[in-house]
Amino acid sequence: MTSIADAPENPLPVGRSRSRRGRGGAIGWLRANLFSSIPSTVISLLLIFLLAKACVSLLQWGFWNAIWSVPDNQTGACRAIRGLGACWAVIPEKFRFILFGTYPFDQQWRPAVATLTFIALFFVSSRRNWWRKELVLVWGAALVAIGLLMWGGVFGLPYVSQDRWGGLPVTLILATFGLAFGFPLGIVVALGRRSKLPAIRSLCVLYVELIRGVPLISLLFMASVMFPLFMPDGVNIDKLLRAQIAFVLYAGAYLAEVIRGGLQAVPRGQHEAADALGLSYWKKNGLIILPQAIRHVIPPLVNTFIAFFKDTSLVLIIGIFDLLTTAKTAIIDPAWQSFSVEVYLFVGLIYFAFCFAMSRYSRRLEAQAGST
Amino acid sequence: MTASTPEPARRKRLRISLSQERLAGLFWQIVVVGIAIAVVAWLWSNAAHNLSVRRISTGFAFLGREAGMPIADALLAYSPKNTYLRAFIVGLVNTLRIAVIGIVLATVLGTMIGIARLSSNWLLSRLAAVYVEVLRDLPLLLQLLFWYVLMQGLPAARAAWMPIDGVFLSNRGLILPSIPIDEGNLWVMAAAAAGLIASYVLNRRLIAQHLRDGQPRRLWPYALALVIGWPALVSWGLGASWTIAMPELRGFNFVGGWTLSPEYFALLVALVTYTSAFIAEIVRSGIQAVHRGQWDAAMALGLRRSFALRHIIMPQALRVIIPPMTSQYLNLTKNSSLAVAVGYQDIVSIANTTLNQTGQAIEAIALIMLVFLTISLGISLFMNWYNARIALVER
Repeated sequence: MTSIADAPENPLPVGRSRSRRGRGGAIGWLRANLFSSIPSTVISLLLIFLLAKACVSLLQWGFWNAIWSVPDNQTGACRAIRGLGACWAVIPEKFRFILFGTYPFDQQWRPAVATLTFIALFFVSSRRNWWRKELVLVWGAALVAIGLLMWGGVFGLPYVSQDRWGGLPVTLILATFGLAFGFPLGIVVALGRRSKLPAIRSLCVLYVELIRGVPLISLLFMASVMFPLFMPDGVNIDKLLRAQIAFVLYAGAYLAEVIRGGLQAVPRGQHEAADALGLSYWKKNGLIILPQAIRHVIPPLVNTFIAFFKDTSLVLIIGIFDLLTTAKTAIIDPAWQSFSVEVYLFVGLIYFAFCFAMSRYSRRLEAQAGST
Repeated sequence: MTASTPEPARRKRLRISLSQERLAGLFWQIVVVGIAIAVVAWLWSNAAHNLSVRRISTGFAFLGREAGMPIADALLAYSPKNTYLRAFIVGLVNTLRIAVIGIVLATVLGTMIGIARLSSNWLLSRLAAVYVEVLRDLPLLLQLLFWYVLMQGLPAARAAWMPIDGVFLSNRGLILPSIPIDEGNLWVMAAAAAGLIASYVLNRRLIAQHLRDGQPRRLWPYALALVIGWPALVSWGLGASWTIAMPELRGFNFVGGWTLSPEYFALLVALVTYTSAFIAEIVRSGIQAVHRGQWDAAMALGLRRSFALRHIIMPQALRVIIPPMTSQYLNLTKNSSLAVAVGYQDIVSIANTTLNQTGQAIEAIALIMLVFLTISLGISLFMNWYNARIALVER
């Protein structure tokens, strides 16, 4: 940690840079924020040089030398400029497969509508003035609607079995259902970990520590390889569902720890007051303790959601077709084999959009909590 | 209610309700534990039945059998003729190799970026913020595949890039110059380590003396002599050789030097950059958590900036930094298991191959769990010890 010693001349610049802003004008701002001292000037010039160089080569690769479309699968032109220019032609060629996997081509409006339903659901749940009991009903209805859309078999929609699902809807399903079931599980386990009953407490501790102690991959291996061993003969659970169960257990353990932090922040007096009113254990926790506890930990909860959303990409390793797996599979096609960077950037943009929205949201909530 | 006017009926009811509560507690515990045991027993009987149908014998006897799997990146001597146990140990060493080096590099990089975010230079702090935001909001596996693809897209060994003399970057990985180690070198290193310990002890002595009489004392001349001078003397005395072996291109590959395989290098880059973004945020919030008044007070006492930073700001920031840092180290170690996606053979990858070859699913997963729980426990214990050492001493 010796590098701390050569920290910037003022380790807490917030106050100072604000006071410097008074001079006004673009030149004043530049002097205050980029060229305030000799070391700062050197750093600024170096960074401007490096940034300009990086920008020029990125623009050259991404725009000026890039190829945006090629006639059917003739990627010779793309390959000729490999390394010098991007081949964005791969995206319009493959984006349907990347987004929806092997879902029947003429039915792909269904996963598209399901994806939009998910996004609408997230949006509705993020509004603070809509946090009511009815929201649970909305969630239930939306998840049923998504299930009907994806499976079909009713209302004249042809049935599509879930091994043909793929891409973004699978990522969203794994994340959303994992959280929808993991959250109540987390609440129960968090309460159990704070219970006065030793047997229940130690069971909860065992569960949380075992799940948190091992990598997610080993849980997924367990779900894909070991789970069938533990089922009686003839019971065959689908691979996607097995992964989903692993994700629920995984989310439950991590969410339980976050919620436990919130429970610890609720003052003792609240417990005592609830007991004095003669409320039962479940009423006390459901009406008095948990609402306060969860309110305390909303920002870390959202951060856990982000981490969890990113972690769904690990199903690639057990061969489930989520967004990352379809991206990786899309470039197996020999004609497009050497353009993985472009495809990964495209998929990265989708992941980034979701995670960035969530992290912005978490930061806004934190700011709100700080101001009240 | 006072002692002089007892109300027997009420007291009795109270006692009953108390014991009822206890009884209810006991009842629920028995129910929950009973369900847990029943579920485990049911799963176990299914597993026993399925294993006997598939003729897989449980137990760890398979560890003594010949593994027959090649391991490309083995630090220890290993061939496919070795046993599964040996393969597991090689995998464990590979996991530790990526985790330890990753933790060190991620700490250094993350600290630098965290401090850069607090810089008064607008451009530097903005760039650091963008770095953190971008890397945190992309899945690690995606980043890993991205780096791996970039590695594979590097020129072949013949046309390798040479940024510094003797350092080659090609699709064979990163090749660095190495120093051949013999007995003399080892003695010199031992001397340097002894010098380091001696200067640590001396530092504590000097601080104690400083506290006693208020006279600051210089450590660095002694430290320089102990850490550099003394090993140099030993090296000269023993006549140890410090030749640097430069890697050379022969045919299609490099000879000599120290090679980091593309798989290892991609995994290391991905883990270090990803974790450093989280560490940067921890370091930033840790430094910001120290109240401004602490800084002002140190200046008012006439302390030098570097002294105040080292002895007043950092000790307080570290108290905020250490606990979340521990969980980042644990995350990095667990995330190193993503190695399986690029074919670097860490313990999880080896266990997975074993599982596919022998069908010993339960044992393989149990070994993974054992290894990771032990590593997690080790890191937690070390960090808790460190945390206790730097914790606030209430007087």
